[in-house]
Amino acid sequence: MATVIDTHDDHHDHGPASGLMRWVTTTNHKDIGTLYLLFSLIMFMVGGAMAMVIRLELFQPGLQFVDPSFFNQMTTVHALVMIFGAVMPAFVGLANWMLPIMVGGPDMALPRMNNWSFWILPFAFAMLLGTFFMDGGAPAGGWTIYPPLVLQGGDGFPFMIFAIHMMGISSVMGAINVIVTILNMRAPGMTLMKMPLFVWTWFITAYLLIAVMPVLAGAVTMLLTDKFFATTFFNAAGGGDPVLFQHIFWFFGHPEVYILILPAFGIVSQIIPTFARKPLFGYSSMVYATSSIAFLSFIVWAHHMFTVGMPLQGELFFMYATMLIAVPTGVKVFNWISTMWKGSMTFETPMLFAIGFVIMFTIGGFSGLMLAIAPADFQYHDTYFVVAHFHYVLVTGAIYAIMASVYYWIPKWTGHMYSEKMGQWHFWISTVSVNVLFFPQHFLGLAGMPRRIPDYSVQFAEFNMWSSIGGFVFGLSQVFFCYIVYKTIKGGEKATDQVWEGAEGLEWTLSSPPPYHSFTEAPEVK
Amino acid sequence: MKKLKQLLASGALLTFVSGLTHADYGLNMPVGVTETSRQVYDLHMLILWVCVAIGVVVFGAMVYSMIYHRKSQGAVASQFHESMTAELVWTVIPFIILIVMAIPATKVLIDMHDSSEADMTVKVTGYQWKWRYEYIDEGVDFFSSLDAASNEARQLGSDIDPATVENYLLDVDHPLVIPVGKKVRILLTAADVIHAWWVPDFGWKKDAVPGFINEAWVIVDEPGIYRGQCAELCGRDHGFMPIVVEVKSEEDYAVWLTAQKDTAAAAKLAAIEDLDPRELKMKGKKVYRSTCVACHQKKGEGVPGVFPAIKGSVVATGNIDKHINLVMNGKAGTTMAAYKDQLSDVELAAVITYQRNSLGNKVGDVVQPKEIAALR
Repeated sequence: MATVIDTHDDHHDHGPASGLMRWVTTTNHKDIGTLYLLFSLIMFMVGGAMAMVIRLELFQPGLQFVDPSFFNQMTTVHALVMIFGAVMPAFVGLANWMLPIMVGGPDMALPRMNNWSFWILPFAFAMLLGTFFMDGGAPAGGWTIYPPLVLQGGDGFPFMIFAIHMMGISSVMGAINVIVTILNMRAPGMTLMKMPLFVWTWFITAYLLIAVMPVLAGAVTMLLTDKFFATTFFNAAGGGDPVLFQHIFWFFGHPEVYILILPAFGIVSQIIPTFARKPLFGYSSMVYATSSIAFLSFIVWAHHMFTVGMPLQGELFFMYATMLIAVPTGVKVFNWISTMWKGSMTFETPMLFAIGFVIMFTIGGFSGLMLAIAPADFQYHDTYFVVAHFHYVLVTGAIYAIMASVYYWIPKWTGHMYSEKMGQWHFWISTVSVNVLFFPQHFLGLAGMPRRIPDYSVQFAEFNMWSSIGGFVFGLSQVFFCYIVYKTIKGGEKATDQVWEGAEGLEWTLSSPPPYHSFTEAPEVK
Repeated sequence: MKKLKQLLASGALLTFVSGLTHADYGLNMPVGVTETSRQVYDLHMLILWVCVAIGVVVFGAMVYSMIYHRKSQGAVASQFHESMTAELVWTVIPFIILIVMAIPATKVLIDMHDSSEADMTVKVTGYQWKWRYEYIDEGVDFFSSLDAASNEARQLGSDIDPATVENYLLDVDHPLVIPVGKKVRILLTAADVIHAWWVPDFGWKKDAVPGFINEAWVIVDEPGIYRGQCAELCGRDHGFMPIVVEVKSEEDYAVWLTAQKDTAAAAKLAAIEDLDPRELKMKGKKVYRSTCVACHQKKGEGVPGVFPAIKGSVVATGNIDKHINLVMNGKAGTTMAAYKDQLSDVELAAVITYQRNSLGNKVGDVVQPKEIAALR
């Protein structure tokens, strides 16, 4: 206890600079974490607004509000903003805030680079969103930016490419920082196999990022030279192949999917034991399962391309490899449930979101397994069934985990408890509406509605209307979430250091909020 | 009481799920009209039920735990963790389930890949935003685009209720026609960007990639009209290039094929004759409304920054040869396609004449079909 008071006194002497420059020049992991999280929340709202335009146009058949070109810009930029602007920065923000504390270090290992990797992002997104005001509008070829379609884009095209380059640079630097921090900043006694699972999953995620972001950079650079420098990587007329782009893109794209979900696995593995008041059932098998998923993610990419016309042998290989992913994923789900089993559970908001994650992520996993079966995928591919699938794993998966982590750690970050009543309302409204939003999309896809269309045949009208209503309510409930966060930052019941009765880990040994420099003396790890 | 509630809940879930699978109002994948589509449907139902079964066990355990192992029920947390046996069990059992699922999937996949011994071949080419069907060895070749009624209703602010349009967005001007019970090999490619050809009742979709040819095949069991859509984002009007396949009995198909050949011959003759400017403009308006309007808009005003205007444009009011060249050969790197394959001599002459003398332009010159024919 004495050490805690000591560091708290320190805080007054070596605290942050004041004013705006604090945020511009900061090298503090908590400040940068906060910046990342706020940036991600803003992008979540921007991407969400685009989703609202999409759902508004799809509310009923016929075109009522937007031109089909603008609709395509909405679907494209919605995805880019949500993936690169909302989910990834949120995880990096959580990593910044929590990793140094969880491994018992004073800060991230490379603090100046940390500042840089954040401050690239606002510029990258200013550039991406700026394309809306250029001739030809924003990119409209889908977030997968397949050539030749994407090469038909207007003036915004090169800006999108450079924006993606900058996001990639930012992610790679963030990933390097995570790896160096985990390998070098651990307190004595914190062996690798004692690290909290959030640290472990981020450690593996960081390697995935370093492995695949350069691949994406290569792919988009080839697009750029195809458009402006007369190369023909993806043009059959010059000996190239449009499908080559898809192979390169998905070699990045599939590990990217796990970049978006592995940290979520880590978060849920922190939260469930806390509220079940019981240790995680299989710690080491969780670590091995995460590693297996990461490994498999490199050899399944072509399951996104079953319909491009691959040889039979190729299709069989990618089908089998993809089905295999169900095994380690199943191990994770079974371990979470075994952790809950015979625990002594309470259901505060973080636990609700974590359980919501396990159930709805599993539903997304089931549809994923169905999509893995190549002959059936010939029917599912590029329909709303796929849209339903990846929104179950990304919205009720990745984003639910992020929500859970915010409720879980915000008392630690701010020193204030959030309003439990409002948190519960937020959870229940979100969960009901998100299912009204995405569940009917399974039926739409099976019944034959293709994705990325602004208008549809009348037989799809009813489910689209439900889906839109769910979408509007879900959107509004996230505005409510912003209010809850704002209110908690401003004030609220004082949080204890322990915060949650069943919580374990170094973060709960620090004060709430923690001192500006987390552990100036290495803590003792049992 | 609690047990009863759980029982009711799981019962409701089951009825819900089985309701879904037997309903015929667009909740589930269609069974389809080919052997392949039935195999795919069976595979789909097999995986669906496996997932439902696993879901019942997994979610059942979770719900049970959430009800009985809660602190407010006085539950005291056990501290057990780590069990090699458990980990092995829940690794091996799913693995076995996967193998059971992979076997039939492999069989179906191998069948679908065998396009040998086909009775006839149709080459399908995707264009922005229509399909072209070429009957190899028959000399029949035509384009198929969204029908006029849907096209009118789908315009932004058209004020036409889509519900009043029959087969809204799922009807075309010239459907693909194939005979029943014959193995039809389908060769797929594209002229501009990637498209995908999908008729759900046939049980598969396949991409049409520019510069490459993909193969697929279909044997349809019952005559009828089957509808589908392009399934790969291909630009502005991706949502508006449906596919309609009319499956006819062998005799009806033969009659249809002869008629097609006659029309083609008649069109060739027509191209030799000169037409008067009024007739050209009238024909041109029809072509413009079906082919050009998507980008250049109804009054030729275009979409600023995206699609250039025709009204008052340098091309449509300048040198006529440059105008003809642009329409026939397109402009590389843009959405402006080469229309020399898509439109006949008469249609090309008509639409160019229309563009120069309508939409606010008054150049006064005329292009005749034989001038176009000379440029081919």
